[in-house]
Amino acid sequence: MSNLIEIRWHGRGGQGAKTASLLLADAAFNTGKYIQGFPEYGPERMGAPITAYNRISDTPITVHSNIYEPDYVVVVDDTLLDCVDVTAGLKPEGAIIINSTKDGEELRKSLKGYTGNVYKIDARKVSMETLGKYFPNTPMLAAVVKVSGIMTDEAFLEDMIGSFKHKFAKKPEVIDGNMKALEMALKEVTKV
Amino acid sequence: MGIRERLSGNEAAAIAMKQINPDVVAAFPITPSTEIPQYFSTFVSNGQVDTEFVAVESEHSAMSACIGAEAAGARAMTATSANGLSLMWEMIYIASSLRLPIVLSLVNRAVSGPLNIHNDHSDAMGVRDAGWIMLFSESNQEAYDNLLMAHRIAEHKDVLLPLMVCQDGFITSHSIENIELLEDDKVKAFVGEYHPEHYLLNEKEPIAIGPLDLQAYLFEHKAQQGNAMKAAKKVIAEVSKEFEALTGRKYEFFESYKMEDAERVIVCMNSTAGTTKAVVDELREKGEKVGLIKVRMFRPFPAEEIAEALKGAKAVAVLDKSDSLNGAGGALFEDVVSAMYTNNIHVPTVNYVYGIGGRDTTTKEINSVYSDLNSVVGNDKVENPYRYLGLRG
Repeated sequence: MSNLIEIRWHGRGGQGAKTASLLLADAAFNTGKYIQGFPEYGPERMGAPITAYNRISDTPITVHSNIYEPDYVVVVDDTLLDCVDVTAGLKPEGAIIINSTKDGEELRKSLKGYTGNVYKIDARKVSMETLGKYFPNTPMLAAVVKVSGIMTDEAFLEDMIGSFKHKFAKKPEVIDGNMKALEMALKEVTKV
Repeated sequence: MGIRERLSGNEAAAIAMKQINPDVVAAFPITPSTEIPQYFSTFVSNGQVDTEFVAVESEHSAMSACIGAEAAGARAMTATSANGLSLMWEMIYIASSLRLPIVLSLVNRAVSGPLNIHNDHSDAMGVRDAGWIMLFSESNQEAYDNLLMAHRIAEHKDVLLPLMVCQDGFITSHSIENIELLEDDKVKAFVGEYHPEHYLLNEKEPIAIGPLDLQAYLFEHKAQQGNAMKAAKKVIAEVSKEFEALTGRKYEFFESYKMEDAERVIVCMNSTAGTTKAVVDELREKGEKVGLIKVRMFRPFPAEEIAEALKGAKAVAVLDKSDSLNGAGGALFEDVVSAMYTNNIHVPTVNYVYGIGGRDTTTKEINSVYSDLNSVVGNDKVENPYRYLGLRG
């Protein structure tokens, strides 16, 4: 299963990390992959740290456990860096993608000596400019697709139009903004 | 062939129910099975099924309504978990002893207390002697497939027993995974219509169902239930073969995974079997002779067949996701060792209670079981056969 990609999401209740993991699973599924998308259910409430997971593979996936040695970690809220061990088990040849405005050096310092690639994106800026509200999960979804290379930007965007049309069937006015958020995030995510 | 989809286990169960389109669904919500009646009720509201959906006030009433419906001559289904099943308990026995082929989707969860909403098999093990056929499912796909086969098995004239399809709460019920669905018309043709031989609403044959049954007959009636459970084996095998011809997906009493020359074997049920397969693959690549028996049909228990399958093993570990708290071993362990003993097969066997209350079970832990089995091989008498896996020290 060398083609298996494992992703762990860290967010806070209400930020949409679970939804993002399910959308990523959807997008990868639509490119022909085998997928898993699941949250770690706990006593969730708004603002509490939550974890969600993705497995994406070219071959069937049979493992049914949480992910302890992810290839990629997505941090939807950088205040989690102080209270959650976000790099636990993260493969050094993988990467962590953080929603933050902090500079690279400061971010590195809070990652407990993680030696792999660190990417950041200001998801608040992207979200405010495109949606006028703070929904960090949409930009973070695009960021992890970009960094992991699970699929091409074009395939991803094409698929997401379909997903958003389905997801926002009752409020089509937000589809354009979400698509813009994805496009902008694909460009904004940078290696530190 | 088939429809490529991605669904959670609960979605898969609800869609199976939609395609089956039963006459009656009566249910009460309880985590983690809530989504099944929730999704199903939207199918009812949207007119996608013509089922009578009964939003009852408790699980006791849910099973009672299913009993009433089946006794009247209708096809009835429900879904529940953990304490919901506990509250049904009285009616669970009534359903099986009245020989009503109700189908229940059980999303396995720890029975309280203290309160825990996560997965283990304590709910299912609490009704293992209640006279229900019990099929376990590794994945969303198997939960779906087992449900499609359920009525054909339960309603067969040689069986007439209720049937529950189990899947792991949250682990498969709430995880989105690939699945292959059957087309609606193929499901309809496979499941067929329900025409009970005896039923209350048959004006030409007035009957009573469930009257007093004292010393003179109850024993015989219980023996008939036991015989029906034995007869179910043949029917389950036949229906599974027919399902395989339709879908290409093979279902047996249990799945033997890389068992040909396996010396160290794990026996387990539901989603952990998938995690174990990944470990078996990894160890096989290193040349280790390990295998897996994944029990699908827990009731009736395939005693002879399991004993035969374990005949060539040198050490066996049976994994129980429920602690029988009897100081002697979990339910699956006791069934497996009893099956081996009565079939004169003597393989050193140990029991691991694991995954209680949603404790995550990892490939590393499954690996440790295969590794532990190295020291079980060759033992006439195993010390400490009753163990825990993943218990904090």
